[in-house]
Amino acid sequence: MGELIVKGGYVFDPANGVDGERADVMISGGKVVEEINERGAKVIDARGKIVMPGGVDVHSHIAGSKINIGRLLRPEDHRKDVVPRTKYTRAGVGYSCPSTFVAGYRYAQMGYTTVMEAAMPPLGARHVHEELNDTPIFDKAAFTLFGNNYFILKYVKEGDMGKLKAFIAWLLRATRGYAIKIVNPGGVENWKWGRNVGGLDDLVYNFEVSPRQIITSLSRANEELGLPHTIHLHCNNLGIPGNFETTIDTMDAVKDVKPKDGRKATVHVVHVQFNALDGDNWMNVKSGASKVAKYVNANPHVTLDMGQAIFTDTTTMTGDGPWQFRLHNLTGNKWVNSDVEMEAGAGVVPYTFREDNPANAVQWAIGLELALHIHDPWRVYMTTDHPNGGPFTFYPKVIAWLMSRKARTDTMLEINKAVMRRTTLANAYREYTFGEIATVTRAATARALGLKQKGHLGPGADGDVSVYDVDPTAWRPSMYEHLEKALRSAAYTIKGGEVVVKDGEVMATPLGTTYWADAKIPEDVETELMKDLEEEFRNHYTVSLRNYPVEDAYLPTQQPVAAEGRGRW
Amino acid sequence: MAVYRDVVCPFCGCLCDDIEVTVEGNEIVGTRNACAISRSKFMNHSANKIESPTVDGKAVALMEAVDAAAEVLVLANRPLVYGLSSTECEAIGRAVELAELTGGVVDNTSSVCHGPTILALQQVGESKTTLGEVKNRADLIIFWGSNPTEAHLRHIIRYSVMPKGLYTPEGRKSRYVVAVDIRETRMARVADQFLKIEPGKDFELLLALRAVVRGAKLQAEEVAGVPREEIDGLARRMKGAKMGIIFFGLGLTQSDGKHMNVDAAVGLVAELNHHTKFLLTPMRGHYNVAGANTVTTWQTGYPYAVDFARGYPRYNPGEYTAVDLLAKGEADAAIIVASDPGATFPADAVRNMARIPVVTLDQKVTPTTMLSKIVIPVATVGVEAEGTAYRMDGVPLRMKKVVEPHEGVLPDAKVLKMIVDRVRTLKEVD
Repeated sequence: MGELIVKGGYVFDPANGVDGERADVMISGGKVVEEINERGAKVIDARGKIVMPGGVDVHSHIAGSKINIGRLLRPEDHRKDVVPRTKYTRAGVGYSCPSTFVAGYRYAQMGYTTVMEAAMPPLGARHVHEELNDTPIFDKAAFTLFGNNYFILKYVKEGDMGKLKAFIAWLLRATRGYAIKIVNPGGVENWKWGRNVGGLDDLVYNFEVSPRQIITSLSRANEELGLPHTIHLHCNNLGIPGNFETTIDTMDAVKDVKPKDGRKATVHVVHVQFNALDGDNWMNVKSGASKVAKYVNANPHVTLDMGQAIFTDTTTMTGDGPWQFRLHNLTGNKWVNSDVEMEAGAGVVPYTFREDNPANAVQWAIGLELALHIHDPWRVYMTTDHPNGGPFTFYPKVIAWLMSRKARTDTMLEINKAVMRRTTLANAYREYTFGEIATVTRAATARALGLKQKGHLGPGADGDVSVYDVDPTAWRPSMYEHLEKALRSAAYTIKGGEVVVKDGEVMATPLGTTYWADAKIPEDVETELMKDLEEEFRNHYTVSLRNYPVEDAYLPTQQPVAAEGRGRW
Repeated sequence: MAVYRDVVCPFCGCLCDDIEVTVEGNEIVGTRNACAISRSKFMNHSANKIESPTVDGKAVALMEAVDAAAEVLVLANRPLVYGLSSTECEAIGRAVELAELTGGVVDNTSSVCHGPTILALQQVGESKTTLGEVKNRADLIIFWGSNPTEAHLRHIIRYSVMPKGLYTPEGRKSRYVVAVDIRETRMARVADQFLKIEPGKDFELLLALRAVVRGAKLQAEEVAGVPREEIDGLARRMKGAKMGIIFFGLGLTQSDGKHMNVDAAVGLVAELNHHTKFLLTPMRGHYNVAGANTVTTWQTGYPYAVDFARGYPRYNPGEYTAVDLLAKGEADAAIIVASDPGATFPADAVRNMARIPVVTLDQKVTPTTMLSKIVIPVATVGVEAEGTAYRMDGVPLRMKKVVEPHEGVLPDAKVLKMIVDRVRTLKEVD
């Protein structure tokens, strides 16, 4: 890996307070450095262009059993987006459930160099890592599902914080997971009897614990363990009109948890578009985004991502089995349910967001309202919850909506008028700046994830850079279509100091690094935990404890990120 | 003497992971916990082995066989890559790459077993689970066109009928077991209730059950040879179960109606979820046939029958499936990995296969190796080589290596990588 200099571009590096100034970015040995010998260095001419750190996606479904069920379920989705083999790249398919290779290429073509897989069932962890190893270019990590795990429910019920923390540390290591993912806590366990929970204080059958207890215990354990990311939470009642109240209650439930040193957040709430619905049913659904935004503006312990809806045919997939059954019944579309013993579940249902559908128009507005009404871009992140709100390939369109009121208005004129009556979007005049876009797609997501070498261009940062052919000094919001085009196909994407994309074409396909969270457990606590695990695995699992943890063979390029714990055991 | 514990069995889709294998020197001398078939696979793994790579029947060095194989594939207009269900996932990925590189077709054995299951899934979906949920919760187990007592010997012991689980503390006594089949199999005798149905009438019976579950009254005295009272009784039992599951086999997928039978079963299960928790799971045969579908899907978007003639993947079972390509005389070369179509395919397909150059990677002498131009012996996954396999319910496990292969014998993945590299070189010269 040689030396490289990205010369003369307008640099947006919000983590280091750089806001569009012309500067050079120098990379040596795969890292950003302060100085290099310009002679012999490869020069990338970025004059008249935007330079940002490589994109960091905080929440996407790209690897593992769920997305693969989506691929399997939808041959009709693949046929409209076929990808032939080239000299540098493998063949595949795209659209809402892209094949692994194509997912890697397309993220890189948009300038993204780090992507989080948002839901990994522990028993399927090998599957996730096998797919990630076939997904080239970007660095990655996967969030392990915890919210309905038998051991979590058991230790929460027993009030045993020590074992709870030990189990979290053990399972993250066993699955090579990066964060605690919680999906409809309690609801997925009840779904194994064909039921659900209706709110924070309903009880889980046989355990008699509530979603509130699960969430607060996991948040507390997370912060005491000092994991790099907060809990990553898919709330109860997703997709049910009126659920904005559950969402605010959920946020409020972890208000008093003491965060890890150096951060304020104790929870990241995911794809809030699906969780900020007001109204009583899908006929009169309206936006609850302003109320959620108001709460978030007043409470620094919450971060969230948009889960922006896109008007297109897509494939929904979540660990929320009961919701997917509900969606199957709402739409009549084909439905896959997939339960995982002792741990988790999932469902997959194709869905089309329609411009003429009033509820879909409201959903479209909610994502944008959240991003526009929440003042601090360090706490609200751009996602589509790929592919639930829409494929990640629509990110440039979302950015255009954020940066251009005209882009929003042009869309509003095309869609159901419910958007005018049941949302506040028409009154939102705010337009994101390039610096704010760099924040919600890179700097803030990297910071929330605790990936210190990502999302910025200071010395020591990874040499991940995206260059877009947009002149920010001449750009006006009316030019949003040009912006979309430039963002879809980066002038350059540089990954670890190597040019992987040039003029939107993939030039190289290195394999990225897999990060996982490494928390230490005192030996005596671990011994006690293992006794429990031995017995429970023997009696209730169908794989042996020794065949459960993911072997190093599945992690050709791994990097543990150390937790910074506090407190007693 | 070494004892390997928690070994994963490389035979059927149950992928039992509690086998103990005893090795002396480099010989397997004993097994524990294994069923009769598994034990036989471990104990006899060195019998009937292919001694050396051959080209046109003559023993050659490995590299020579690899070169010859690459040449055959590069010269072909429509090469077929087939098999893959009894090897590990890296090899499956390499096989897909080989098909892509040569503009050929990749298919796996699911096209002749649970292919229709996947077609039904693509049409209507599926409500499934890992086997531990069945062990822990299911109080109603239905085997439909499936006979685990002969084909998946430990399924009923480890997963479905006998085991004591979290909410099934009394094991067998906690469950009601139903067998639906066209004859009284051994499974039928193990079950609490046996429904003998007329051959080819599965679809009718499934629809009748669904209608009753929905609240309809059957007018007919009997459907598929099953009296109305029994249908009403089973429907009632299904709705009243705490958690129920249908395990189905080739009796459903490969009899008249094929994917429509599975479609009807999926519909019945979806209907039942309005009343209680109900699931279904296919009884996959080969130990990694689920993996063959899984890997092919993540690499191409499609589970089997994938054609790369246009440079991008296309999918059409019935056209790009191995039996059809061979029977129509479309394939002009083939590479067979971990499968024996020479013994199992219809006569038309085998006849044409004997006319084209065939490359076979296998451990043992089979009818397929006997009609192959090029034969390359490979290490047995799960005995002599590691790798991933996916259980019938999608749970991935790491296969173990307990003995060394013969000197110079490599695993499928390594040999396929060598062929891929050689093909790439030959193509660049062109």
